[in-house]
Amino acid sequence: MKIAVVRFPGSNCDQDCLRALTDGLGVKAEYVWHKETSIAGFDAVILPGGFSYGDYLRCGAIAAFSPVMQSVIKAANSGMPVFGICNGFQILCETGLLRGALIRNRSLLFLCQPVCLKLENNRTPFTRLSDEGAIFRMPIAHGEGAYYADEQTLEELEEGGQVVFRYVNEDGQPTSEANPNGSRNNIAGICNPAGNVLGLMPHPDRSWDHRLGSEDGLQLFKSLVETLLSVAA
Amino acid sequence: MVSAVKLEVVVMPKRNVLDPQGVAVRNAVRELGLSNVGTVRVGKIIEIEFTGEPDEAKLDEICRDLLSNQVIEDYRILGAVLK
Amino acid sequence: MTPIITPELVRQHGLSEEEFERIKALLGREPNFTELGVFSVMWSEHCSYKNTRRELRKFPTTGSRVLVKAGEENAGVIDIGDGWAVAFKMESHNHPSAVEPFQGAATGVGGIIRDIFTMGARPVFLMNSLRFGPIHGDNDAARKNRKLVRGVVAGIAHYGNCIGVPTIGGEISFDDSYNGNPLVNVLCLGVLKKAEIARGAASGVGNAVFYVGSETGRDGLAGAAFASRDLTEESKADRPAVQVGDPFRGKLLLEACLELLQSGAVAGIQDMGAAGLTCSTCETASRGGTGVQIDLALVPKRETGMSPYEILLSESQERMLIIVRSGEEERVKEVFEKWDLPYAKVGIVTEDGFMRVLNDGSAEVEIPAKQLADDAPVYEREVAIPAAPETIAVSDLAFHDPKDSLIKLLAHPTVASKNWVFRQYDHTVRAGAVVPPGSDAAVFYVREADKFLAATTDCNHLYCRLDPREGAKIAVAEAARNLTCSGAIPLAVTDNLNFGNPYRPENFWQLREAVEGLAEACRRFETPVTGGNVSLYNESPQGTIDPTPTVGMIGLIEDERWTTRQYFQIQGDVIFLIGGVGDEIGGSLYLKTIYGKKAGLPPRLNFDRELAVQKFLRGLIRKGVVKSAHDCSEGGLAVALAECCMSGAEKIGAQIRLSGMSGSSSLANQRLDVSLFNESQSRIVVSVPSQESELVHQDAAQAGIELIRLGSVGGSELTIESSDGTLSWPLDQLHEAWYSSIALALSQQDL
Repeated sequence: MKIAVVRFPGSNCDQDCLRALTDGLGVKAEYVWHKETSIAGFDAVILPGGFSYGDYLRCGAIAAFSPVMQSVIKAANSGMPVFGICNGFQILCETGLLRGALIRNRSLLFLCQPVCLKLENNRTPFTRLSDEGAIFRMPIAHGEGAYYADEQTLEELEEGGQVVFRYVNEDGQPTSEANPNGSRNNIAGICNPAGNVLGLMPHPDRSWDHRLGSEDGLQLFKSLVETLLSVAA
Repeated sequence: MVSAVKLEVVVMPKRNVLDPQGVAVRNAVRELGLSNVGTVRVGKIIEIEFTGEPDEAKLDEICRDLLSNQVIEDYRILGAVLK
Repeated sequence: MTPIITPELVRQHGLSEEEFERIKALLGREPNFTELGVFSVMWSEHCSYKNTRRELRKFPTTGSRVLVKAGEENAGVIDIGDGWAVAFKMESHNHPSAVEPFQGAATGVGGIIRDIFTMGARPVFLMNSLRFGPIHGDNDAARKNRKLVRGVVAGIAHYGNCIGVPTIGGEISFDDSYNGNPLVNVLCLGVLKKAEIARGAASGVGNAVFYVGSETGRDGLAGAAFASRDLTEESKADRPAVQVGDPFRGKLLLEACLELLQSGAVAGIQDMGAAGLTCSTCETASRGGTGVQIDLALVPKRETGMSPYEILLSESQERMLIIVRSGEEERVKEVFEKWDLPYAKVGIVTEDGFMRVLNDGSAEVEIPAKQLADDAPVYEREVAIPAAPETIAVSDLAFHDPKDSLIKLLAHPTVASKNWVFRQYDHTVRAGAVVPPGSDAAVFYVREADKFLAATTDCNHLYCRLDPREGAKIAVAEAARNLTCSGAIPLAVTDNLNFGNPYRPENFWQLREAVEGLAEACRRFETPVTGGNVSLYNESPQGTIDPTPTVGMIGLIEDERWTTRQYFQIQGDVIFLIGGVGDEIGGSLYLKTIYGKKAGLPPRLNFDRELAVQKFLRGLIRKGVVKSAHDCSEGGLAVALAECCMSGAEKIGAQIRLSGMSGSSSLANQRLDVSLFNESQSRIVVSVPSQESELVHQDAAQAGIELIRLGSVGGSELTIESSDGTLSWPLDQLHEAWYSSIALALSQQDL
């Protein structure tokens, strides 16, 4: 089993993602350069955070056209787990693998702070080890992380169980105060209808080690690894 | 009856100032197959609607002080569009 | 058409008549226009330290951990053990930020990051020390200051967040003296293997000289000369000189350079910062004892029709000069094409010792590199002792209700929570911020090296204004104290000397006093100065800034378990004050905030006492009994206690009894406000589990340390009982004053 961490020019959480997998879980993970045209030999793909192409034009817009993304899209469509974190989520939206878009934070300011998330779908490869309703603590760090989709899309996402994580307060309530960036319906993460593609604005790659104040993020990577092992078995 | 006036303020990076966004977009355009791409510069358009004619001097001042950053940007006001 | 060299033109280049004579003697002829430009930047204060070099020699620069000394390379390097080292440095971008705060601050961050990876180190964190004029109030000055704060903070965030180097802390102070002349001092630290330190020398005659990174445009022309002048109304007309930073290209350049360095192809590497191509060619040649010849036709350019003068003096960002070992040139092509960055072989290392620049086949510049880089004139500037500051007698100060004073002090933006600022900085990238911004010192886990580092920046400008020598000593002492409070041992210092025009004797006296104070303190704390920066001419039409010798200090926490935070942790813990109640009110924030006075004799630093207090605290931390430790600084004991209650994720109260304390005989005769708000040094508030309090007493007695049991942690109020009665503040009230002050001021619309 081997997990790919894609490096785009401007990715800056590539090292954190790789370490979460290798140091945090002891699994095999390797960087894949954005100019590669194949991801053969990998069982799952992580699109890390950062500022691919400087976030110029629109966040994730240029990265979505990277050579490697063509094969990631193909793999995703045939069921391979693909996990986009922060900028990776933005790239997934730009490629159309996920619906909606990430727009500027309500405050117009970049925000780096801890948030609480509620898990609402544990049927994805990334969340199967946790109970629905479980609260996760992770940091966000983004300037354009407000999830936006039109009414109809939102309705379809909600009905289809595609809202995987929502911003909530300490009591698990999705209040306006608990919504750090103005995301519609407090959405922090969504998946595709099949559940194998997940996009998440907060950073599990920065909350996998006791030294960082939270190990909640490790749970997502653990779930992914367990999924891959069970498929292989 | 006061007529409505719609103006467009175009704000562009100054000619001699580095436009990192333009460079990144140019490279992407080239990668996607338009190899003869020259300079690309990215600016913004601000649409402003008025009821009646705006005070030109005041508008100019606002363009200079608020809508653009004179250190790195130029602006121009595109002709009034009567609605 | 190249201009004719006239005395006027020489003056415009910031060169004196003697300096021009020196240039002629050195060349044996008159310089041409391009050469004049080259000399003007290399011999500016910014590049040559011509006015301060003699003073800077007073710093202690050696120590058992020092691997690269101050001035040797782009940044100092120290040993942190197990084969690992850190490169770190602080640099200012004050003048560019005054003119264009966003780009000025952003390029400041970019520049210091390049200084660090030039050493072969991977940048792991940033900090910054900022100074602005007041931001509260409905007046033009406050509005301008708010714009500056927003711009600088956004600029730091823009560059740091994008390039993926976390900004983990620092400090921000506000004072009238910084009106129109903000200070933006940025510190970067990088980690590297001890055996892999990169050098900025053009070694190996015949080796190729490569230009890598962004194309050269007419950016920031003569910025180094710009940084070495007073800020006047005309400097606004200099605006086109401001460079634009591109953190995306900066990130690619960082990764490409580290990759190329790993390949072993690099003989020397130097970033193009101030004075760009000029500085990097002559400095690498000078360090290598060689010459460098480049051809301007080969330099990647963004604009057409640039003159040699413009190309050589351009300060376009995100560029480096790399000397490549012969036979390894193909590696440069591989790496830089991989990262989609421009690169070009622009010249070679020569043996004749000249910086030679070819234009259209003939030598446009031909100057002995060593003399250009190292032989700038060195001046002994005149000093004059300014009038002694106004003295202060407590009896002359009308008593002001301490209940209100504490609220006012907490709302003073220098003390108030900086959450509005820090949450705009990505401090969680690289997954290492163990103690995030907002504690005495930031603590960062460097995964590569498996080391816990602590870092802080400090300088109290009020003390430095009233007594620059004592103020500078205190800056070092406080930095060391902050590191000690976090559980670290202090290792080394980088400094940023922000002063006024050195040609004014009073200003130069301040600088000399401060340097001597820093030097003495760095010797006593055994923290050598490994590098830094001097920023002079920090003046605006309103006057000179308060002298601000900012100290950045790095420490090492040898055991993860010793990591200590500043805020109270557990209900019922006992609160101790190490170092006594104190009584020095001169230079305090209390005097300034409540009485509007920047006056009096600032606190005295007793080195022996300070060292003993820090040693005592380190001992307690290592025994595992300390739950929190926070030093008393601006606002004294009362502010320190309030911060202990509020700066954690959860607020927690404290019950304090100032009356009938043992070991505080003088207290009975002292006004309560003096006891609460004085800023006597070497004092630390700690909390410990009650069952350990006996041990703390015993250790203190043994070490001869003054120790006062203040009370205990708990409740939803801060209560201070004294012989004058009981003061009590609901935590929500304190929190509101402290937490929202800056955010409220900066969220308002200023049009």
